Amino acid sequence: MSSSFLRKFRVVFSALVFVSFFFVFVDFKSLIPEKYVSYLLFLQFVPSAISYVNTWSLAATGFIIVIFLTLITGRTYCSFLCPLGIGQDINSRIGGKLKKKFRRFGFRKPHSVIRYSLLVLTLGSAVFYGIYLVTLLDPYSIFGRFMTFFAKPVVLVINNLFSGLLGKFDIYTLHHVEIKGFDLITYALPLIFALFVGLFSLTKGRLYCNMVCPVGTFLGLISKVSLFRIRIDEGSCKRCGRCAIACKSSCIDFLGQDIDVSRCVDCFNCITSCPENAISYSLVGTSRSEKGADQSKRKFIAGSVLFLAGITQSANSQEKNVPVPKKASTVREPRTYHVCPPGAGSLSDFMKNCTACSLCISACPNQVIIPAVRQFGIAGFMMPVMDYHKSFCTYNCIICTEVCPTNALKPLLLEAKKLTQIGKVNFIKDNCIVKTEKTACGACSEACPTKAVFMIPYEGNLLIPETNQEICIGCGHCEFACPVTPYKAIFVDGNPVHQAAKKPEVSEPEITTPVDFPF
Amino acid sequence: MKRREFFKSSIGAGIAAGAALSMGGYRNLWASAPGNARYDMVAVMGGTPDAMFDLGIQELGGMNAFVSKGQKVLVKPNIGWDVVPELAANTNPLLVKRIIEHCFRAGAKEVYVFDHTCDNWINAYKNSGIERAAKSAGAKVVPANTENYYQEVLIPGGVKLKKAKVHEILLEADVFINVPILKDHNSTRMTACLKNTMGVVWDRGFWHANDLHQCIADYALFERKPELNVIDCYNVMVRNGPQGVSKEDVVQMKSQILTSDWVTGDTAAARMLGVDPQRIDYLPIANKMGLGNMNLDALNIKRIKM
Repeated sequence: MSSSFLRKFRVVFSALVFVSFFFVFVDFKSLIPEKYVSYLLFLQFVPSAISYVNTWSLAATGFIIVIFLTLITGRTYCSFLCPLGIGQDINSRIGGKLKKKFRRFGFRKPHSVIRYSLLVLTLGSAVFYGIYLVTLLDPYSIFGRFMTFFAKPVVLVINNLFSGLLGKFDIYTLHHVEIKGFDLITYALPLIFALFVGLFSLTKGRLYCNMVCPVGTFLGLISKVSLFRIRIDEGSCKRCGRCAIACKSSCIDFLGQDIDVSRCVDCFNCITSCPENAISYSLVGTSRSEKGADQSKRKFIAGSVLFLAGITQSANSQEKNVPVPKKASTVREPRTYHVCPPGAGSLSDFMKNCTACSLCISACPNQVIIPAVRQFGIAGFMMPVMDYHKSFCTYNCIICTEVCPTNALKPLLLEAKKLTQIGKVNFIKDNCIVKTEKTACGACSEACPTKAVFMIPYEGNLLIPETNQEICIGCGHCEFACPVTPYKAIFVDGNPVHQAAKKPEVSEPEITTPVDFPF
Repeated sequence: MKRREFFKSSIGAGIAAGAALSMGGYRNLWASAPGNARYDMVAVMGGTPDAMFDLGIQELGGMNAFVSKGQKVLVKPNIGWDVVPELAANTNPLLVKRIIEHCFRAGAKEVYVFDHTCDNWINAYKNSGIERAAKSAGAKVVPANTENYYQEVLIPGGVKLKKAKVHEILLEADVFINVPILKDHNSTRMTACLKNTMGVVWDRGFWHANDLHQCIADYALFERKPELNVIDCYNVMVRNGPQGVSKEDVVQMKSQILTSDWVTGDTAAARMLGVDPQRIDYLPIANKMGLGNMNLDALNIKRIKM
C-alpha cells in the first residue's frame, strides 16, 4: 500500500479518537454511558496492563491486543490510539502554522540512553516501590490530567456563559455548573507537563514520545520486529530528503536509506510527501536484506527483560509504601485517614493501581473527588481523594467505579456500594450547635442516607445527633451538611481497608393508616 | 394545524373531558368560581393525589380563584432527595402534575417548578419522577443548583434571618403555590409548608447554624408568601425523616390539605403525623409573630372523605 489513503485514514481515525476522549473527560452531564467509556479505554496500554495485573480478567486484555497490533503494524498505537500522541500531532500542526521551521524535521539521532533508562526506571520502580513513575509518565494519565485540569473548566465556563444567556430568555435547557477548583499545588504537575509536552510537540514533532514516553519506548522495542513497516524503495528514491523533513519522529535517514522503526509512529506523512512514490507501508519481505542487526541494542533489551523478570519474583514480598495512621494528637482534627473512593478496596491496593489519570475526578457528578495534595502522603500526590468539605458521595451513584480504567476502583453493583463502608462517622459534641448554641440543627442527620446519624433527646425540646458506625458507609453527606466552621462537628474518618456496613434495621411503624381526620 | 392533527387532538380532548366528567359527577371540575373562598382550609381523604386535588381545589373556588389568565406560576414541590416516589421523601409527582394542569386550565402563561435539593439535583429531579411529570404537563423545570439563580432579599422584622438569597423564579412569579409533602423530620419533628421554603433559598446552612426554628419562622415574614399551600399527605414518612431509609418508614394516609394559611396547614399536618404542633417550635413562633393561625377550632374547615 503506497497510496495517500493511509495518511487520510490515520487523520480521520485519530481525530475521532481524540474527540471521543475529549468528550469523555468534559462530559459534566454524564451523557455518555459508562459502557462506551470503557470501550474507549479498553485499548489504553498502561491502564489496561495495570488492570490486568489486578484482575487477570479478559476485560483487561487491551494491552495484549496492543502488543499484537504493534507486532504486526508497528507503533500505530502512538498515532491512532494514544490521545496524548494525537494531541501532540495537532499541536505540531499548529506549530507549523506559526513557523514553517517547526514542521521541517529532518533526521536526528535517537536519545537512546534517556529513553531506555526511563523505561527501565519506570518499570523497575513500579515493581519495587510503586507506580509513581508510571503515574507521572503514562501518556493516557497525562492526557487525562490535561483534560480535567484545563479543558473541563473551559468547557464549564462556556456552558455557564450560554446557560446564563439562555436563562435571560427563560430557557433552562442548559444549567449553570459550579466550577470547583482544586488545591493550587495540584496544578503544578499538569502545568509542567503541559509546557514540556506542549513545547516539544510544537517545535519538535514527536520528540517527547521518542525520548520520554515509556509506552512509546516499549512499543518501539516491539516494533523492531513488526511485520508491516515504512520502507523506501531504493530504486525509485532520488534522495530528495522530503520524507526526512516530513517525519515528525525525525527517524528517516534518507541518505543512509534507513528508517529507525523503533521511533516511527506510522503517521504515514512520509508516504504522502514522496514525489516518486518510493515510500510504502508494507510487509517485511525477503527482497530487501535487513541491515546488520545492532547486537549491543539486542543485548541491552534482553538484559532489561531478564532484569525485570528477576525483580518481579521478589516484588510481592515488598512492604507497600502506604502512610501509617497518625496518633490523634490534636483535638481539632482527629482524622487518621482520608477517604479513598468506593471500589478502592483498601488504601494500599488503591496506591498500587491508580495512575492519577483523574477520569473519576472528571466523571464524578457531585465533584466530591479531588486530586490529593498530601492527604495520602507525598507518594499519593494527585491521587483521587474524597473532599467532604466540598461535596459528598451520592448514595445512588457508582460512576467512578465504572469509569476507572486501571481497576484501582473496582466495579461495584449499586446495592454493594450502598453497603461499602469507605469511612466511619465521628461526632464531636463540643463543636455541635445544639450544644454550643442550644438551638436545633440536625443537618447531619437529615443528610444521612442510612440514619447512621440520628437524633436523640437533649435539653428541653432539643434533639442532638448520635451515631451508629456499624451502618455508616462514610458518604460524608453529614460532614458536608454540618454548618459549623472551620472545624466540623461531624466528620468521616477514612477506612484504610474498606469494610462492609450493616444494613439499617427496619421494623413496622407505630402509626397506622388513619380512618378520620385528627383535627 | 393540519386537519388530521386537529381531529386527533380534538378527539383526545373530548375523551379527557368525558372521562373527567364521568368521574364522580363533579360537573364543575374546571369551573371558574370567582374569588371568595368559603373555607379557611380543605382536607380531603381517601382518593388518589390527583383526584383529591380536583375535589379540594373546587371547594376553594377552583384554580381560577388563585391563577388568572396570562400569569406566571411557581409550583414549588419538595424534590429534596434522590429517591423513588414510593419512599415519599419528595412530593407525589401525580399531584404536581395535576396542579400544573389546573394552572394552565386557569389560563397560566407559564408554570415553573424547582427545588434547591439536598441530594444531587439532577438525580433528585429525575428519580423523584417530578421532572418528567411536570414537563409532561407543560411546566418549565428550572435548575436551582448554583448560587447565580438566587437574588438577595431583605426580611425586615426577622429576628435571626434578616436577609436571604431566594430563587429568581420566586420573585418573577405572579402566583406561588407551595406543594410540600408531609414528613417526619429528625430535628424539627415535622416538615411541611413552612419548612419547604428552605428549598427556595440558597444558604440553608445559615438557618441551621442560627436557630433553625427562628429562621424558618422569620422567612415566613418575607412578602412573597404562597397564595396556596397543598400538603401532600398521600404517603407519609412517619420516621427517619426527612430522607427515610426504607418503605417501612412510610404510612399510606391518602390525604391532602389545601389552605392559604401555611401555619394553619402545618398545624393540621402535625396532627396527621401525631405530633403536638406546640412541640414543633417554629409553629408557635410563627403564630406569635402573627404569621398564621394555629387555632383550628376557630376556623372554617371543610373535611371531605372520598
